[in-house]
Amino acid sequence: MKNYSNTYIFMFSVIMVVVVAVLLSFVAMQLKPLQDLNQEIERKSDILASVNMGSEGSDVKDYNAYIEQEFEKYINDSYVVDYSGEVVDRDAFEVTLNLKEQADKPAEERLYPVFVYTAQGGAHKYIVPVRGKGLWGPIWGYIAFEPDLNTIAGAIYDHQGETPGLGAEINTDWFEAYFNGKEIFNEEGEFVSVSVVKGQETDNNPHAVDAISGGTITSDGLDDMLEDYLEGYVNHFKEKRTEN
Amino acid sequence: MTEKEPLFSAKNLKLLREPLGSSNPITVQVLGICSALAITVQLKPAIVMTLSVIVVMSVSNVVISLMRKMIPPRIRIIVQLVVIATMVILVDEVLAAYAYDVSKQLSVFVGLIITNCIIMGRLEAFALANKPWPSFLDGLGNAFGYGLILIIVSFFRELFGSGTLLGYQVVPESFYEAGYANNGLFVLPPMALIVVGIIIWVQRAKNNDLVESN
Repeated sequence: MKNYSNTYIFMFSVIMVVVVAVLLSFVAMQLKPLQDLNQEIERKSDILASVNMGSEGSDVKDYNAYIEQEFEKYINDSYVVDYSGEVVDRDAFEVTLNLKEQADKPAEERLYPVFVYTAQGGAHKYIVPVRGKGLWGPIWGYIAFEPDLNTIAGAIYDHQGETPGLGAEINTDWFEAYFNGKEIFNEEGEFVSVSVVKGQETDNNPHAVDAISGGTITSDGLDDMLEDYLEGYVNHFKEKRTEN
Repeated sequence: MTEKEPLFSAKNLKLLREPLGSSNPITVQVLGICSALAITVQLKPAIVMTLSVIVVMSVSNVVISLMRKMIPPRIRIIVQLVVIATMVILVDEVLAAYAYDVSKQLSVFVGLIITNCIIMGRLEAFALANKPWPSFLDGLGNAFGYGLILIIVSFFRELFGSGTLLGYQVVPESFYEAGYANNGLFVLPPMALIVVGIIIWVQRAKNNDLVESN
């Protein structure tokens, strides 16, 4: 075995580290715009998916253009409210893109974006983003509410790194479908959220859905996320409900 | 240089073929068990993982083999780790830009690829001492050998655990009506070890050379 001097080893390491650093930063910078675009498109397509739109994407040639166009067409209004329900002058999509910043703050200091979907015939649905913690990393989602601001019209969840087949099942269609028609206010008009529960009958309970087998911590995280994040919209929703 | 060896000589082909059976990284060398356990709940992630490991393993093997005369032995493990980590990050970045869906599937497993003992093992045991072409074949062979077991295990786990394959329902509804139920144990990690154990058992029963003499 050849004997290498310490100087050689140091030089070798320095050169290796510099080469790798330059290569990786170059690639990262080159690809950043494309990756950001992918994320924006994903957010938009998730928002659309919560109201069952934008799903013909697999047949179109230019998927990105299709999503942009659908988003323009159906999401006619968006605004940002604070905890007390006051409208704040911020761009709702921009706040949604950086939702992590908001989720890290205490509930009272967060900004809460709302997207308004107008269906044919003029009925409005209200879509709100939520974000919380799963087992391995963040989980997030978009909840669409019927015009009564109580009944869930659709829910879309996603995650960064939940276990495939277990916690990662939160973003499957069958799990998301459990939320359709569930209600976040009880009959007295108090906020009760929708709980994710184990081993109970949930079909006739408007405030609960069945948890995922083997995905207990992710299910609990989802439960916390809904309670924590939707609570921030309660003031705004109540105000809006009395208006309607 | 001695006389030129054909690209696919018997010796080189052996490098490709052996890891699939008699020197399989998982069932014979028992390496890479951790990731085999984590990502075999469903078939699709297992296939994505296999493809990524094929890319990372063959390219890292070639890179290390090209550098083998320059690498100081005292820091060779760190050099190997840097090469693997760089490869994995590159693959991840490129996927995030050009195949966003796949990259989302993969994101969890990136860390697992870096720590996959098979890759380090092949760099250390083979690429450091061999020319680039045989190293490439060795990387390819071992990645296939690893992927083969991954796919077999995930096939059974998804089939019996969820009644689906690649997300499509394959166990007919009438079975469930007749009282058949998915086996929840297959979804949980211990079943991966049991399935791998069964594969090892079958393989050794067929090939007596693999059975330890004592």
